[in-house]
Amino acid sequence: MPFIPHTPSDVRQMLEVIGAPDIDALFDEIPATLRVQSLAGIPEALNEMQVMQLMQQRARQDGRPPCFIGAGAYEHFIPSAVWAIVTRGEFYSAYTPYQAEASQGTLQTIYEYQSMITTLTGMQVANASLYDGATALAEACLMAVRANRKSKSSRILMPRAVNPHYRAVTAASVSGQGLNLESVDYDRGSGRTLIAALQAFDGQDITALVIQQPNFFGTLEEVDQLTDWAQARGALVIAVVNPIALAVLTPPGEWGSRGADITVGDGQPLGCPLSSGGPYFGFMATRMEFVRQMPGRIVGRTVDLDGRPGFTLTLQAREQHIRRGKATSNICTNQGLLMVAGTLYMALMGAEGMARVAETCMSRSHELVEALCSLPGLRLAFNAPRFHEAVLWLDRPVAPVLEALAARGIEGGYDLATHYPELGHALLVCATEMRSSADITHYANVLGEILKSEQTA
Amino acid sequence: MSNIPADLQYTRSHEWLRTMADGSIEVGISDHAQHALGDLVFIEVPEVGRELAAGEACAVVESVKAASDVYAPVAGTVVAVNAQLAGAPQLVNQDPYGAGWILRLRPNGDPGQLLSAADYATLATD
Repeated sequence: MPFIPHTPSDVRQMLEVIGAPDIDALFDEIPATLRVQSLAGIPEALNEMQVMQLMQQRARQDGRPPCFIGAGAYEHFIPSAVWAIVTRGEFYSAYTPYQAEASQGTLQTIYEYQSMITTLTGMQVANASLYDGATALAEACLMAVRANRKSKSSRILMPRAVNPHYRAVTAASVSGQGLNLESVDYDRGSGRTLIAALQAFDGQDITALVIQQPNFFGTLEEVDQLTDWAQARGALVIAVVNPIALAVLTPPGEWGSRGADITVGDGQPLGCPLSSGGPYFGFMATRMEFVRQMPGRIVGRTVDLDGRPGFTLTLQAREQHIRRGKATSNICTNQGLLMVAGTLYMALMGAEGMARVAETCMSRSHELVEALCSLPGLRLAFNAPRFHEAVLWLDRPVAPVLEALAARGIEGGYDLATHYPELGHALLVCATEMRSSADITHYANVLGEILKSEQTA
Repeated sequence: MSNIPADLQYTRSHEWLRTMADGSIEVGISDHAQHALGDLVFIEVPEVGRELAAGEACAVVESVKAASDVYAPVAGTVVAVNAQLAGAPQLVNQDPYGAGWILRLRPNGDPGQLLSAADYATLATD
């Protein structure tokens, strides 16, 4: 069913007014060779019952293997109330409503969300959310170029310890806009980005430094030193953070002597199921000084003509419906529904609940590393403090081992061979509060059996 | 009818220019432009020292409903910006040809296409 409200007679009348014979004629300027006649490889439509049966069959194939993969998306417990409320009709929309001010409840939710994100990150102002963490980082790089008016180079220092998927999305998004992303290597012993690696850029015009905390290896960066180094050289600091980790780590607003300038991250750990990779939501916060360079929308609290409190979109004069091509961003609609889930999660858990989740993640992760490193052939790759992920070295290629684990019903981790071939046989593992001690023991036992057998050696 | 002082020059994009005693050029937006934009809430000014080509976007005037570029009417170097606008953007609404000036340029090339007050009055009433 095409979602077009016009009747054939409406369409005929409109075509008559503009003098076009039919709808196809409106696309005449596109050469016929470029126009798709039919979509190859798209099967016949299924009805609802058939789709439901197919999806249930696929879901059974997936099963519910205990998941030890992190690498940017994390399985956390989601209180039932979160999605019971999110799926209410009043909230069930992907977008900020058009005629926004008529939807005071949604605006108030966004306002509460922004307030929670600023509290969590220690920043002064947050927007109404972005698509996901990766696009939020791309937007932060573009924003840094607008905000850092002293820098003329549009050069962003992008450590290799930053999530490689975020780096790829950022490169795709900004490279056509004249930005230069400069790679910064990590220390092989600690898995950290060291000042020594940044010193190659000393004395050069740098627009911003990206710091991910914890970084892609789960390692904690020395954020105070890195922040001070960058800001002393006129560069802005873009923090990429995990919101659950922020319940126990120093918020970016307090990094170094001045705090990070822009903070972004993926909101998925806050009430969003893994769901095969999305949809998630991105968050972004900054200092008030840069608010006009921040993409997206902000909801503000105000009073109406009679002095009653209300909520309204604010600072939207630089959004694309007004600035068009000169807008701060043209790909920054907010992820309304997932943002509501994140807000409800934070409201239900509270600061103390989130801190307990973070602490449990850390202790389960240490339990996991201890259990796996007691097996012959495995050892911890880096010696720096970690959050809930760790890089382990295996004595053989990782991919066949992960396949053998999957065949035994365990999602064993993330193979780093593609993005970090220099690390050799390196496996990234994660344990959140969802992995019980029994899960961890089971994983270690099964892995031990697999390593003993010759099949993967 | 908006105020269009006869001693100033204008552009088609609604900037005004005043040639100062030292040869520098003061730039702002016309009374017609400030009226069309409505209450201004933020004026973004360029860095002093920036080199501008004629017609280059060099400042942004933002009202509650729109953000519009201000274009350099002539090529030149920015020698001063109106620091008062950071805390008082309403000066552009209240006194567009005086306290609401935006920047001063030292011209270093041919002036762009400028309009007399009479020609601008025709444009602004169209």
